[in-house]
Amino acid sequence: MEAWFALLVGIFFTVAVYLMLSKFIIRVLLGVAVLGNAVNLLIFTGGRLTRGVPPVIAGGADALDGPAANALPQALILTAIVISFSFFAFLLVLAWRAYEDLSTDNTDEMRVAEPAKEPMPPLGY
Amino acid sequence: MAVPTSSPVDLSAALVLGPTTFADWLVILPVAWCFAIGALLVMLRRPIGLHSIIAVAGLAGLVLIDALLLGHVATKGPVTMVMGRWLPPFGIAFTADLTGSLFALVAAIVALAGGIFSLADINDSGRRYGFYPFLMLLMAGVSGAFLTGDVFNLYVWFEVLLISSFGLLVLGSEPEQIDGTVKYGFLNLVATTLFLVATGYLYAVFGTLNMADIARKAEGLRGGAPLTTLTALYVLAFGMKAAAFPVNFWLPASYHTPRVVVSALFAGLLTKVGIYALIRVLVMLFPVEREELSFVMALAGALTMIVGVLGALAQTDFRRILGYLVVSGIGSMLAGIAVGGPGGIGGAIFYALHSMLVMTGLYFAAGIAARLGGDSSIATVSGLYRKNVAFAALTLMLCFAVSGLPPFSGFWPKVMLVKAALDIGAWWLAAALLLAGFCTVIATGRMFLLAYWRDDAAAADETVQLPSAVLAPLAALSLLPLGVGLYPEPLLATIQSAAAGLAEPSAYLNSVFPAGGLQ
Repeated sequence: MEAWFALLVGIFFTVAVYLMLSKFIIRVLLGVAVLGNAVNLLIFTGGRLTRGVPPVIAGGADALDGPAANALPQALILTAIVISFSFFAFLLVLAWRAYEDLSTDNTDEMRVAEPAKEPMPPLGY
Repeated sequence: MAVPTSSPVDLSAALVLGPTTFADWLVILPVAWCFAIGALLVMLRRPIGLHSIIAVAGLAGLVLIDALLLGHVATKGPVTMVMGRWLPPFGIAFTADLTGSLFALVAAIVALAGGIFSLADINDSGRRYGFYPFLMLLMAGVSGAFLTGDVFNLYVWFEVLLISSFGLLVLGSEPEQIDGTVKYGFLNLVATTLFLVATGYLYAVFGTLNMADIARKAEGLRGGAPLTTLTALYVLAFGMKAAAFPVNFWLPASYHTPRVVVSALFAGLLTKVGIYALIRVLVMLFPVEREELSFVMALAGALTMIVGVLGALAQTDFRRILGYLVVSGIGSMLAGIAVGGPGGIGGAIFYALHSMLVMTGLYFAAGIAARLGGDSSIATVSGLYRKNVAFAALTLMLCFAVSGLPPFSGFWPKVMLVKAALDIGAWWLAAALLLAGFCTVIATGRMFLLAYWRDDAAAADETVQLPSAVLAPLAALSLLPLGVGLYPEPLLATIQSAAAGLAEPSAYLNSVFPAGGLQ
């Protein structure tokens, strides 16, 4: 089970990196969204995968009977989902504003802050 | 159904039962204080006249709290507080040691200077769009990152400060700012995601996120777990946050676009949080792996210094020159971390603290110069020296300090770093440090020569008065490095014991696990 998930995580990362290497901002944005999910899935897999085994210790015992999924990585993922979703929302609005204000979604053409072909700094006094 | 036990449950196995002394609350107070003030400012949306007063008072309070915390830690050793009173490693621990509280104090001083400078720099629309709440939340994130004792919690503080920095960066919504924020936002998000990847692996390997617990378990796991790979991931993630070459490109693309005070605070605080995290993880948690990655980091550090300062030499805009100088300074800190030992780590910490003060001051100076000169290019601005002599003198002091010339604060960490590099035989690293310092002298000297000393033929020969809200923070941030440079002894002693506490974290471990703790 973990091996299949590891493969899936690998595919997610591949897709994310491929999309983020694009120069069009909307693709980069999609890449970022996939990257966030890739990480969540990675942590999820790292916390052991079991089906239908609640991590509840039986009465009288002081340890679990068999292996159960670790609940803590799932809590970490919840935090990470909230954070990555809010960042995604912010970046989506930012990308839209950039498209409106700079009238391009091509990062190569976004040269307002760092104009191309700048003059040399003064070389003499 | 479990049979109810007749004997009472022994809570001391799971909870901290003793009362928390007042001094221990200081550990969490910087964060709680910033959040409280930030929340108050968010609630007071309409009366924006109150914002600046509350925020400056709040930041002054933060300086006081951090100073008390540093005093407490310096006398009593590291202090730990665990959320929900769960015994570590189960509760999220906040642990203040000398390194963390030193960084937090200097960050608070820088933020207070920024708060005062903003009185003259941020107009009503900036205030209405929430400059001061964002500033307080940024400080909550920064303080939290410096004081937390839990790796995942560190990630959360990174995100807190990142999201507030987005808000500050787009304040004004000019096209340049949108452009800069796009690059800043995407690249920083990738960096924090890498940090999260590394943290996921860290938990999978260690089964704990508490830094003290990781530090004591690392020895036993060294044989079987890919700790070097893990450390390399952290180096990449934090290096990207700190703007180390070759992952530094977001910084020069964005730091010259926002309001002056915003870029000053970013230059002072944000990259140094990355350096702090790098020091914490590499020196305290994975010292053996740091040794293995030492050469890679030294190389990255040397390249960062040189590439940064060459970038500065190629620019004409004040703030773009300074953006590259921030990058160059990061290279020196990386070199210190790579070299290691008391000299290297102490030098890196000292350099980081010095850079926080001086870079913020230089950005203030750049903002004032742009206002006095009417432009922000060294090709056109001239005659600033005649317009205001005091301002020119303060700028010159900062230029000396950032270049590492005595008698300013940049000199001592440079000496420590060069000596540490020579001690391990890395002559090329020492040469890179000195070359970077030399080129910084040229870059800042040229700025001073052209913008300040060059005669302005057209301008009338009259002095321009500057408001004290602008001059006072600049004076504070240039006189403090002078004071440190003239009398470095107390700070140097504190930094050396901070570096020793990181290299040999038994006091830190004792503070988290007083009785040896759970195994």
